[in-house]
Amino acid sequence: MLLIACPNCGPRAQAEFTFERPLASIVTPTETLPDLIHKLFTRDNPRGPSWELWRHTYGCAGWLKVHRDTHSHQISAVVPVDMETPS
Amino acid sequence: MSGPMRLADGGLIDRSRAVSFVFDGKSYQGYAGDSLASALLANGVVLFGRSFKYHRPRGVMAAGIEEPSALVQAGSGGRYEPNSRATDVFIYDGLQSQSQNRWPSLGFDLGGLNSLISPFIPAGFYYKTFFGGPKLWLLYEQLIRQMAGLGMPPTKADADIYEHRAAFCDVLVVGSGPAGLAAALSASAAGSRVILAEQDERLGGSLLTDPATIDGLSSDQWIAKARESLIASGGRILTRTTAAGYYDHDLVNLVERLTEPGQTPGADGLAQRLWRVRAGKVILATGAFERPRLFEGNDLPGVMLSGAVRTYLRRYGVRAGSRAVITTDNDDAYRTALALADAGSSIAAILDSRPADGVHSPLVQKAMAQLPVYFGAKLIAAKGSAKGLKGASALIDGKVTALDCDLIAVSGGFSPVVHLHMQAGGTLAWDELSGSFSPDQTRQNQTTVGAAAGVDGLSATLLNGWTKASSKAKAKAAPTCASDDDVALNIIADWEPAPQASLKKAFVDYQNDVTAADLDLAWREGYRSVEHLKRYTTLGMATDQGKTSNLVGLARLAKSEGRPVPSVGLTTFRPPYTPVTLGVLAAEATGAHLDPRRRPVLYQTHAAEQPIWQPVGYWHRPRAYPMGTENLHQAAHRESLTVRTKVGVTDVSTLGKFDVSGPDAAIFLELICATTVGKLAVGRGRYTIMLREDGMVMDDGTVWRTQENRFLLTSSTGGADRMAAHLSYVRKVIAPHLKVAVANVQEHWAAVAVAGPLAKDVVASVLPQMAVPRHMSLDVGDLAGVPTLTLAASYSGERAFEIYAPSDQIEPVWAAIAKAARDIGGCLYGLEALEILRIEKGHIVVGGEIDGRASPHDLGLSKMLRPAGGYIGHTALQRPAFAEPGRLQMVGFEAVDGAAIPEGSMVLTAPKTLPVGHVTAAGLNVIKGGSIALGFLRDGFSRTGEGLIAWSPTRNQTAKVKVTAPVFYDVAGVQYRD
Repeated sequence: MLLIACPNCGPRAQAEFTFERPLASIVTPTETLPDLIHKLFTRDNPRGPSWELWRHTYGCAGWLKVHRDTHSHQISAVVPVDMETPS
Repeated sequence: MSGPMRLADGGLIDRSRAVSFVFDGKSYQGYAGDSLASALLANGVVLFGRSFKYHRPRGVMAAGIEEPSALVQAGSGGRYEPNSRATDVFIYDGLQSQSQNRWPSLGFDLGGLNSLISPFIPAGFYYKTFFGGPKLWLLYEQLIRQMAGLGMPPTKADADIYEHRAAFCDVLVVGSGPAGLAAALSASAAGSRVILAEQDERLGGSLLTDPATIDGLSSDQWIAKARESLIASGGRILTRTTAAGYYDHDLVNLVERLTEPGQTPGADGLAQRLWRVRAGKVILATGAFERPRLFEGNDLPGVMLSGAVRTYLRRYGVRAGSRAVITTDNDDAYRTALALADAGSSIAAILDSRPADGVHSPLVQKAMAQLPVYFGAKLIAAKGSAKGLKGASALIDGKVTALDCDLIAVSGGFSPVVHLHMQAGGTLAWDELSGSFSPDQTRQNQTTVGAAAGVDGLSATLLNGWTKASSKAKAKAAPTCASDDDVALNIIADWEPAPQASLKKAFVDYQNDVTAADLDLAWREGYRSVEHLKRYTTLGMATDQGKTSNLVGLARLAKSEGRPVPSVGLTTFRPPYTPVTLGVLAAEATGAHLDPRRRPVLYQTHAAEQPIWQPVGYWHRPRAYPMGTENLHQAAHRESLTVRTKVGVTDVSTLGKFDVSGPDAAIFLELICATTVGKLAVGRGRYTIMLREDGMVMDDGTVWRTQENRFLLTSSTGGADRMAAHLSYVRKVIAPHLKVAVANVQEHWAAVAVAGPLAKDVVASVLPQMAVPRHMSLDVGDLAGVPTLTLAASYSGERAFEIYAPSDQIEPVWAAIAKAARDIGGCLYGLEALEILRIEKGHIVVGGEIDGRASPHDLGLSKMLRPAGGYIGHTALQRPAFAEPGRLQMVGFEAVDGAAIPEGSMVLTAPKTLPVGHVTAAGLNVIKGGSIALGFLRDGFSRTGEGLIAWSPTRNQTAKVKVTAPVFYDVAGVQYRD
């Protein structure tokens, strides 16, 4: 079980969090149909570092951007959703 | 003395405490501190069980958790555990144990006939034999089930209590042998919080078998001092505790046994505890497993691992045989030979496969001086039966030689226990000379020390544990030992059996009965990948997960392949390390504790009416309020009829409710809701639907404008948590620029619904100062001093109201409304009546028609959609598939021949054709009578009037139906208006 360092609450067990989706799969209200289909149904499945959206559901309930390596499970950054992330 | 094989003194058993236990119906005595295996061996028992496939007689092979053969079932009824290793059960008074896999008895086993036909059941036997159609397979299955499997499953629910506990530490040390204890002391001295886990009931590991003098103390004293010192510095020591799994980010699951298998727990009833330890650093001091060797009959009772023979002798005071043959490829087995000789056994031969011209350690020289040692020698075959060994044959100086013996001590080298290291994502390095894998790279914050890291010799082990545990540790402060056999193992791995040995009886995996011949055959048949070989032969797939067999099997495959062992590859090490009781994984989460029970605020009020309860998600709500002898169906029918003709009152407090406010509240809600919201006048409400991003309907509810910039949004009970998460997602991720606040007021407001032709009279009587609001309007009021909000909305299809009040003040509101309704012939109604009424009216429900596969078009809701778009799901609704023919569209079904439409049935055009639709909810026409249903039908909108069949194979019911529009009551929609 991952240990996720919530910027509000400190390091907490994964069981307190909910995975939402890869950051690249957030669908905006103005999305075109092909982009929407890609983001919802033909997502990339990266091996390696990837930005993801999580929520600290059973903690502060805040939305977090998590930089996680999908292979090693190393987490190198956790920031609030409204903070810019390096691309 | 507890049995003929027990020595007069010595060992770590408590000879002042005799323990009585039963094995296969016979009573025995042992001592406190005995394992079941040591106690039985002391009593002269050699036969412990029958093997899995050939039902060959098996004794005990090891002294620890790696034991493959001596499996027993312990206890009975609700305290019963199959497949326990006799070496890993400590005896207690009243222990009831049985051997496994034999019928009718251990001594006379009919399955043993299998060994006569063993030439006909080679590797992959099932795959090669049981061909044919499904009907034939049903017959085979009976036969296979009769013979397959190890212990019997329990028949009663577990009687004991289990618990989970979370713990944190700076350093977790797994294993309390010399390396683990030195590491724990070192970490503790450096100021770390330490948890030390030991699977045995005693600390000490190999020191229990090979005592030594450490820091001037006997090892027993040194262990006791280490324990005191660790506890004094705040460390936690857990014995009888196995590190079962190493998970991400240094989370280790420890399973602590508070009772032995089958044992009644103490007053707290606690049998086992699962520790979930998040460690800053993990030190693995898990030791090494001795490996068996390949020779004919290497599975017979009386053949044991060399280290195990020594453990029984020194720890338990049990001599496993009086005349022994030792077969080895290393120095450690010489310790066993010398210890046996000291205890009065004779040594028939030490067969050392290493060449004679090597440099001999002092240990070997000592043995050579007094015992018959043969270099370059191999065992060919063990001879014996269920009663024990009757000798052996060996290849000595190139000649086949017969040996007289009743014990064979085997040492095929040592394999570091790397399971946890590998579970943590580590890699391994191969050493060709000793034939072993030891930890190489680590991914997590873990270090392996001692024998598990391939470290040899006691002083080196102590130093290794001490220095690896802490960066502050100084080598000169490490514990030191004085022991005359503090030497390296000098393993020269030799996997090759003697050419004279029949490999059909040379076992690699004892628990699954896989022989060297099976592996060779599988390789010839083309199973060359280790993963294929494993699955085809079942090598390493038994409950011991190949702890003693994997490397022997790999080496065999490598030889066939003509490649080195590491290039052949390893199978994956998966948790748990040893079998774990399911009860301890579930712990408190059983029965009523499996899920939380959410009780609506009016729960006690309902309970006084003795309703039939129904779980809705975590909620428990009244399903119906039966009167007298009514059953559910009768009560629900009466309740719905009362709503249709007079008035009914129901508790709708559990609905999802959200207070949405701010200057951009309307814009926000137009993202969430697929209907028009912005044009809503203050004081008015609308039915609405919410879509997912993929265009499917997610939920439905109502939206009310209470003030210019403030709305109340309701959603379904079951979907309330999902809706709360969705609103948060949209507000914080999709549209963070909007000035809007969302408060989840689901449990702030309780609500009472009043429905029926007389509902207006009830509202007027309880809220006399308030003008009764018209349909889809709201107003505030005051009921007995409680502020109320009255929403005029109808779910049942009748004129109806929902009266909201703060949860802590709902009681008098409910009481007043219930009384007012009852005074004019009304009644309470529950979820079943609610369901009947909504089906009749064709209202969709989450989990019924809103099943995640239906678009608004499929549900006939296209006209509700906001033409301007801009709501979530709008773009996805343009997907071509939504417009294609053949979609399942929502329709009604009416029974035409009197048979009730079965719940959950599929819809067919004719018997034995493929289904063209399905029923989502079946009910009845409340006033007219007759069975009706809602459901989906391919292109259903254009099939009104068609005759079809509703068929439920699970209920074995069929009804002829006619397709209708999905509304059966008040099609014109006049009942719910004034």
